[in-house]
Amino acid sequence: MADNVTRPGFATGGGESAFRVSVENRPGATVVLPSGEIDLNASPILRQELKRVQTARPQRLIVDLSGVPYMDSSGVATLVEAMQIARKNSTRLVLCGMQEKVLSIFEIARLDTVFTIVPDATGAMTA
Amino acid sequence: MGEKLENPGACASAVDPPQIRLQLMSNPLYLSGARELVSAVAKRLGFVDEACGKIALAVDEALCNVIRHGYGRDPNRPIWVSIWPVHGCGCGGSDVHPGALKIVIEDEARQVDPAVIRSRDLEEIRPGGLGVHIIRAVMDEVKYEKRGPIGMRLTMIKRRHEEAEDDQADGARKESEGG
Repeated sequence: MADNVTRPGFATGGGESAFRVSVENRPGATVVLPSGEIDLNASPILRQELKRVQTARPQRLIVDLSGVPYMDSSGVATLVEAMQIARKNSTRLVLCGMQEKVLSIFEIARLDTVFTIVPDATGAMTA
Repeated sequence: MGEKLENPGACASAVDPPQIRLQLMSNPLYLSGARELVSAVAKRLGFVDEACGKIALAVDEALCNVIRHGYGRDPNRPIWVSIWPVHGCGCGGSDVHPGALKIVIEDEARQVDPAVIRSRDLEEIRPGGLGVHIIRAVMDEVKYEKRGPIGMRLTMIKRRHEEAEDDQADGARKESEGG
C-alpha cells in the first residue's frame, strides 16, 4: 500500500503558491508528483523536496510530471541536479507523464536523451 | 534562428511607443503573470498556440536571467517588458495580424559586454546556463545591448508563420462567432 505524504509548498516572498509537491512511497520506488507550473518561483520548492527524498537513497526515484503544464530552465536545472545526486547514490531516476510543452524544453536543451523518460508512472516502475 | 539583429527598431520604429509596456519588480512571483500576458497578446495577434508558448518561454527565460544574473536575486528592482506588433518591412502580415512580434526587455542591472552573453556547451550536462540557448532557439532574432548609461536591453523578434496561423486564428474567430 502506498504511503502517501503530501507536502504543500509555499512560495518565498509572497503568499501561498499554487505549486505543490506530493510524495508517494511505493514498494521499490519513491514517486515525486509536482503539480503546477515550474518556474524560478516554484523550482526551489521542487529542489528542496527532491533533495529531501534523495537523502534516503531510494532504489528508484520517479518524478511524475503529469501535473506540470509548464517548465522553464530553472525546473530543468533542478532535475539535472537530481540526476547528478541519483547517479552518486546509484538511484534509478525516471521522469514520466511529461506533457508535450514540457518535453519540448528538454528537446531544446538536448536533454531528452540524457534522462530516462517514459510515458506514464506504470512504465516508470520498470524502466 | 536566434541570429543578432542589425537594426532591431527597423520595422517597429524606434520612436514609436510600444503598444504594451509592463513594469514589474524582479520577484519570481510575477513571472507567471508576465508569461500569461505575453502569451495572451500573441494569441490575439494571430500566433498559433505553440508559438505563443515559445514566446512566453523566451520572455520567462529573459526575465529569469535579469533576476538571477543582473540583479543577483534582489526582488525589488525594476524590469520593463515592451511589445510591438510588427507590420511591413518585409515581415509580412496583414491589417488584422502583424507579421511579427517584437519584445524588448530592459533593466537597470550592471552592464556586461553583449559578446560574453552566450549559451553554454550543451554537451556539458550540468544544472543552469540554458536560458540564453533557449531564447535563441525559440525566437527568430535576438540582440543584447547596453542600455544608455545603465542597464541592459534584450530585443527579440518572433515571426508569424502566416498560413497555419491565419487558419487557426480564423477557426477560433468563427468558433467564437458561432459560425
